[in-house]
Amino acid sequence: MITSALAGAQTLAAHAAHAAGGAADPVAARSQMGFSLGWHIVVACLGVGMPGLVLFAEWRGQRTGDASYQLLARRWAKAMGVLFAVGAVSGTILSFEMGVLWSGLMDHYGAVIGLPFAIEGFAFFIEAIFLGIYLYGWDRLPPRVHLLSGIPIVVAGIASAFFVVSANAWMNAPRGYAVRHGRVVGVDPWAAIFNPATGPETTHMILAAFMVTGFAMASVYAVAMLRGRRDRYHRLGLLIPLTFAAVMTPVQIGVGDWAARFVAADQPVKLAAMEGLARTQTHAPESIGGLFYDGRLHGALRIPDGLSLLLRLNTGGKVTGLNSVPPADRPPVEIVHFAFDAMVGIGFALLALGAWLAWTWWRRRDVPGSRWFLRAVALSGVAAVTAMESGWVATEVGRQPWIVYHVLRVSNAVNPAPGLANGVWPVITIYALLTVATVYVLRRLARSRPVPAAPQESDVRAHTVV
Amino acid sequence: MELTILAVMWTAVSAYALLGGADFGAGIWDLLAGRRAPGAPRRALIEHSIGPVWEANHVWLIFVLVLMWTAFPPAFAAISSTLYVPLTLVALGVIARGSAFAFRKSIDQPWAQRLFGAAFAFSSVVTPYFLGAAAGAVASGRVPPGLARGSAVTSWINPVSVVTGAFAVTACAFLAASYLTLDARRAGDQALTAYFRRRALGSGLVVGACSVAGLLVLHAGAPALYGRLTGRALPLVAVAVAAGLVSLVLAWRARLVALRVSAATAVAAALWAWAAAQYPYLLLPGLTVSGGAAPPSTLAAVVVCTAAGGALLIPSLAWLLILVQRQPR
Repeated sequence: MITSALAGAQTLAAHAAHAAGGAADPVAARSQMGFSLGWHIVVACLGVGMPGLVLFAEWRGQRTGDASYQLLARRWAKAMGVLFAVGAVSGTILSFEMGVLWSGLMDHYGAVIGLPFAIEGFAFFIEAIFLGIYLYGWDRLPPRVHLLSGIPIVVAGIASAFFVVSANAWMNAPRGYAVRHGRVVGVDPWAAIFNPATGPETTHMILAAFMVTGFAMASVYAVAMLRGRRDRYHRLGLLIPLTFAAVMTPVQIGVGDWAARFVAADQPVKLAAMEGLARTQTHAPESIGGLFYDGRLHGALRIPDGLSLLLRLNTGGKVTGLNSVPPADRPPVEIVHFAFDAMVGIGFALLALGAWLAWTWWRRRDVPGSRWFLRAVALSGVAAVTAMESGWVATEVGRQPWIVYHVLRVSNAVNPAPGLANGVWPVITIYALLTVATVYVLRRLARSRPVPAAPQESDVRAHTVV
Repeated sequence: MELTILAVMWTAVSAYALLGGADFGAGIWDLLAGRRAPGAPRRALIEHSIGPVWEANHVWLIFVLVLMWTAFPPAFAAISSTLYVPLTLVALGVIARGSAFAFRKSIDQPWAQRLFGAAFAFSSVVTPYFLGAAAGAVASGRVPPGLARGSAVTSWINPVSVVTGAFAVTACAFLAASYLTLDARRAGDQALTAYFRRRALGSGLVVGACSVAGLLVLHAGAPALYGRLTGRALPLVAVAVAAGLVSLVLAWRARLVALRVSAATAVAAALWAWAAAQYPYLLLPGLTVSGGAAPPSTLAAVVVCTAAGGALLIPSLAWLLILVQRQPR
């Protein structure tokens, strides 16, 4: 089926270009999509990762009666509520943008990749409903029932991430349809969802969401501890999310290796761009850092045979380079290579941070007291977000010029309407305001002493810092 | 099978209009609640009423979008490419409305509450207007099939779109006032009950005026749609008109539970009347429901997922709505 899909792709692309009255300029549309998606995904990560940590704190609080755990649970639940609202609305614009910006993609392939979005819609609905139950039920439900009511939030959050990322995986490894006479036929939406890229990509992203959440939450408490607040509440606030993230990091590095091998097999040109490998060769070196211009990588640290060894487990292994395709089919290498190295570099730095925590805990059963450790943790949240965003830049820019790999070019997928390019400015303005407001409100929430889980409820206002 | 999905989709549109629409309407009343001191109890009631449910209500919109692009991709592509301006404005309005509301209830500084409150209230007017204007563009045949085949400007700036936009805004306000007056009575506040009952009556009259103006504009600007509204869809139009008139009487006589039902019936009947008038076309000219539907395998998968999802959703939603009515322990 896939061969016929590829054979039909050229016809379909030509058909789309004709329908569009010539290829439109996709740069503005890509910027707008990248900007709104890149913003939303930070909040979405917290939506996937936070519920589990909140439930953990609540569970410990119920088991031990420890006021620090109880207060952490309430604080985190409150922040989670605000972030969920921001995530819900900043995710809505993406649904519109799928058509407003990429109408050429949805016109032809909506029937193929629509389903995971529809399932994600249900998962999101469940998440919204149970978040409402969880927040408003805090003082209306028995403690055990309340704890259980949080579990669907965890499951639905992870399911949402899985289905949305499976749609992106399909763009890398399109399956589950055929093309006949310029029309998509023989659609198998399940084969589209469970395409070969789905496994590595969704696992990599869900772990990334856990890491972003853990390091970001820990960094809040690291800042507070640097300012001298080293009580039990703050130490637990740092320790719980940081331990979670530190455990996820080595797993993520292993999954990242799996994902890279998949890319090497499925999209060799993307891998060549990530590694800055100009020509197909045996004994390919692993290049770290450097700048790619004039058709090759300058100033990189080279480990001889490293790439061949990593990918082929053999120093003489052959690795496909950028020269395997014509220049028009190559992605912008400088961005992809830089972003990929940033992701990997930060990943290993976070691994080292986790090892530091593990070492001290093993020796002294305590969080490292060093200010340098706290400074590193304070930076780890931003670092994890940067790594996650860099990973997305590497995979998305690395797929260029294709929106659907080897099937549909970005220039044939973009909405051809006149004036579309202007949309990017109001979107950036609104998001800039939203960023300022979100940071302001979260800072106020962290500072305010009374902690209402649902703000209009007077009874929880009595609950104060212990 | 495409008819089943179309019916599910239109049910979701109705749910969004009746639930999400009322949340927008509550924002409109927040805008009109008056100066700070007298407006405070009104705004508190609004916040209390929509606080726990607005996110769940909002998801209906996302659900409609994903159903449309999965089951009717050419229609989704045509509508969103031609109407990219109003739809982008809707998306930005959704962001401003939801985040400002969530922020306002999370902070306690008066200046910030007022700023977020203003953003919440203003976007509650703008968002339904552009949604209504986009609906008017589709209904009056200004969104032809194909990518960006309609005008990027006059498709949604025209008499029909202005009237449908105004209808959407006033219908939201009418629904919200009808719901809020009952919420106020349940909260035991007689002054607020009367306040929103008067507003239900007033906005009901404005919706009626908008509808009459709308039919006149359609008669002149979209004769084909007008013909089918007064032909095949006439029974539904009659239900909408009757329910609207009954609502006015019920609001006058303070029968508030019945008012909530009749107000919702009036708005839902108006939506289904549009659907009946438009059927079998998704888009004019020439894109029919069967012509614009995805292949049967996709439609079957959507039906299966919708059934499974509905089985999970409905009890959960019921639990949330019951819980919200309960007093804290």
